[in-house]
Amino acid sequence: MSRLRTFIDKIKPNFEKGGRFAKLHSTFDAFETFAYTPNTVTRTGSHIRDAVDLKRTMIVVVIALIPALLFGMWNVGYQHFRTLDPAFSAASDIWGCFWYGFLKVLPIIIVSYVTGLAIEFTFAQIRGHEVNEGFLATGLLIPLVLPVTIPLWQVAVATAFAVIIGKEAFGGTGMNFVNPALLARAFLFFAYPSSMSGNSVWVSEPADALTGATPLASMLDGHCSASLADMFWGFVPGSVGETCVPAILLGALLLLVTGVASWRIMVAVLAGAIGTSLMFNVIGGSPMAELPFYYHLVMGGFAFGCVFMATDPVTAAQTNVGKWIYGFLIGFLVILIRVKNSAYPEGMMLAILLMNVFAPLIDYIVVWFNIRKRTRRKAINN
Amino acid sequence: MPELIKIRKGLDISIVGAAEKIVVRQETLGSCALKPTDFVGLTPRLLVAEGDSVQAGTPLFCDKADEQILFTSPVSGTVTAITRGERRAITEVVVTPDGSSAYVDFGTADPLALTREQIVEKLLQSGTWPYLRQRPFGTVANPRQTPKAIVISAFDTAPLAPDYDFLLHGRGADFQTGLDALSRLTDGTVYLNLKYKENFSGVFRNSKNVKISYFSGKHPAGNVGTQISRLCPINKGETVWFANPQDVAIIGHLFNTGRYNPEKIIAFAGQGVKNPRYYHLLAGACIEDIANEQVQQENMRFISGNVLTGSNIGRDGYLGFYDNLVSVIPEGDDYEFMGWLAPGLKKLSFSHTFLSGFFNTLNINKKYAVNTNLHGGRRALVQTGKFEQVFPFDIYPMQLLKACIVGDIEQMEALGIYEVEPEDFALCEFIDVSKTDIQRIIRDSLETLRKEC
Repeated sequence: MSRLRTFIDKIKPNFEKGGRFAKLHSTFDAFETFAYTPNTVTRTGSHIRDAVDLKRTMIVVVIALIPALLFGMWNVGYQHFRTLDPAFSAASDIWGCFWYGFLKVLPIIIVSYVTGLAIEFTFAQIRGHEVNEGFLATGLLIPLVLPVTIPLWQVAVATAFAVIIGKEAFGGTGMNFVNPALLARAFLFFAYPSSMSGNSVWVSEPADALTGATPLASMLDGHCSASLADMFWGFVPGSVGETCVPAILLGALLLLVTGVASWRIMVAVLAGAIGTSLMFNVIGGSPMAELPFYYHLVMGGFAFGCVFMATDPVTAAQTNVGKWIYGFLIGFLVILIRVKNSAYPEGMMLAILLMNVFAPLIDYIVVWFNIRKRTRRKAINN
Repeated sequence: MPELIKIRKGLDISIVGAAEKIVVRQETLGSCALKPTDFVGLTPRLLVAEGDSVQAGTPLFCDKADEQILFTSPVSGTVTAITRGERRAITEVVVTPDGSSAYVDFGTADPLALTREQIVEKLLQSGTWPYLRQRPFGTVANPRQTPKAIVISAFDTAPLAPDYDFLLHGRGADFQTGLDALSRLTDGTVYLNLKYKENFSGVFRNSKNVKISYFSGKHPAGNVGTQISRLCPINKGETVWFANPQDVAIIGHLFNTGRYNPEKIIAFAGQGVKNPRYYHLLAGACIEDIANEQVQQENMRFISGNVLTGSNIGRDGYLGFYDNLVSVIPEGDDYEFMGWLAPGLKKLSFSHTFLSGFFNTLNINKKYAVNTNLHGGRRALVQTGKFEQVFPFDIYPMQLLKACIVGDIEQMEALGIYEVEPEDFALCEFIDVSKTDIQRIIRDSLETLRKEC
């Protein structure tokens, strides 16, 4: 270990101001702090600081995504082989399925990380900042919310769009108002709809183009194409990481135990969705409206969005009361979109993006009540 | 029946090196220093020169903005050094004791028999006035104002904090006289706040002319700011004064003996100390002798005050005017290989992202070894909802902090800046994932506001 440290210390002056590679300072710093927690000591304020930093926080998110990622890779293979041979069962060739999916998904992950990190490093260098770890999570979230058949150049374009327009234009991680991963997905959805919707994009190299409808899309015909159990376990076509509810729940468990994600938002999204679907059950009128609420919870991107997207602390409401309202409205909007907008029933992405935009307003109102209380207290005292 | 107030938010930081309850009296009296930097916003005007002999109670400097506020020598001796820092600002006025016990006699008196003006006059002349501080802004109290209340916290919940009951042992009479004097200074109430469910001696429990309240809960339950927010929240234009119990006893001693004698007991504690214990010292005493005897290792940080809010004074530094604790912890200026990935069984963290987070719920008595490492780099504010867990005010800490960062004065006022001091944000700063210098930001904003009005 110390040999690495000596090496880093030896080359470090080249990257400092006036050094040969001073233009790569942020990049060097990112790798140095990746290898070694820095030796900076406190200068002002509290002399001791919590051991946690943003790297640790983001790495927890990445670890939480791994079960969904691994299952997603397997499922890509499984969906592919199933179209070739209807008798192919989930237990048939686990490693074969995984290996097939691994080779399909890995390039998407690489493209997403390389594009995003290159932009992040460049902006950090121009601004003279350290590289922010936010993209560690975003870079993995993007592949997980896309169909596996997505052309790689589109992944690159969407990632660049999301990072530059969605994040860096507003000042980088912490300043963005919409979730970058969802923005990438929304960008592709509106710019290249043929890559993002329909029945042919969800399964890699299918034998028959008509077999790949997601359960949500199949509701257009009035019945669900998959059983509740298949949708829960994730043996259905869909975006890479969104199908397997147990894998997502494992991630949710880690995020909640470590306190990285807000339990308030997750509970509120669930409550909003359950309440709204029960309401539509009473109203009735279409197969989607009559669908029991537990179907909604396991279909499409609901679980993934609820656990990993809605809880993004930067784009969610920041006050505790605000989080309840924000989460509840996401749940409400998802079901509303699914029921009322049957042409495009995957409501999670749009519901979260819409509430991202409204989150500052929610906080403004919550904080306003606190300000009013203070003004009134003063009026009583004087 | 005294009121019980439960503080439900906060965090007790349990670190190694708490002081054992033994009081040591130093045989030789070292030099003492009065540091203008201990007083928020003070510009001093010197009243002595190097080489002057002074008695205990002789003014060394006064406040340029209000020259009746005097800062007097804690001991009889010679002014041996006047140290200046950046832009020639005076940082220390050092007095080396001559061994005599000469003092300025301010005359004994029963504060209850004096008028408010007479008490103020006596406190100002003797140099005990600066022991009274005010909120907002944390400056020395303004003698031209009358506060709406005076609040005294009789316990400290900060890491390694001394036990005030132990510090005040045997000084009940002085303490009570001090309370009597304070009770004359306000038209409102003098609040004395005790920790719930602890065996208090008569010093605190039987205090008169005050309103006793009990507090329970984690740090910062013992911070005077937390207590003020529950008892008498500060609105714009109002002031509340506060003082430390030992300093109240020093004030009482003045009335009982006519003598300014700032003797206090302090805890000398922390991981770097061989035998952490209590010491009998004068206010502003040099800690070098104790440090040489008790701290062998190099590369230690000597903090006057607690590790969350104290100031770095160095091995040969002087105890802060208001402090009754010196914390010694190792500097953390070393690298850790892949530290962000380590399981972290020994890491102190409010988050549960390290394994220690799971285990310390099983073992609450676990004490952590800490150092001064920042544990990360500065980032934009990303995480939300965490400050709220350790910030027991009816204030949105993140929103107030952001208002301070952008310098929006109206918004700061609306969000309650007058109710807080940097120390109230110390825990937020400690747990902050983005390593923001929150206390500095709050202090800068308060100074801006103070200069505006």
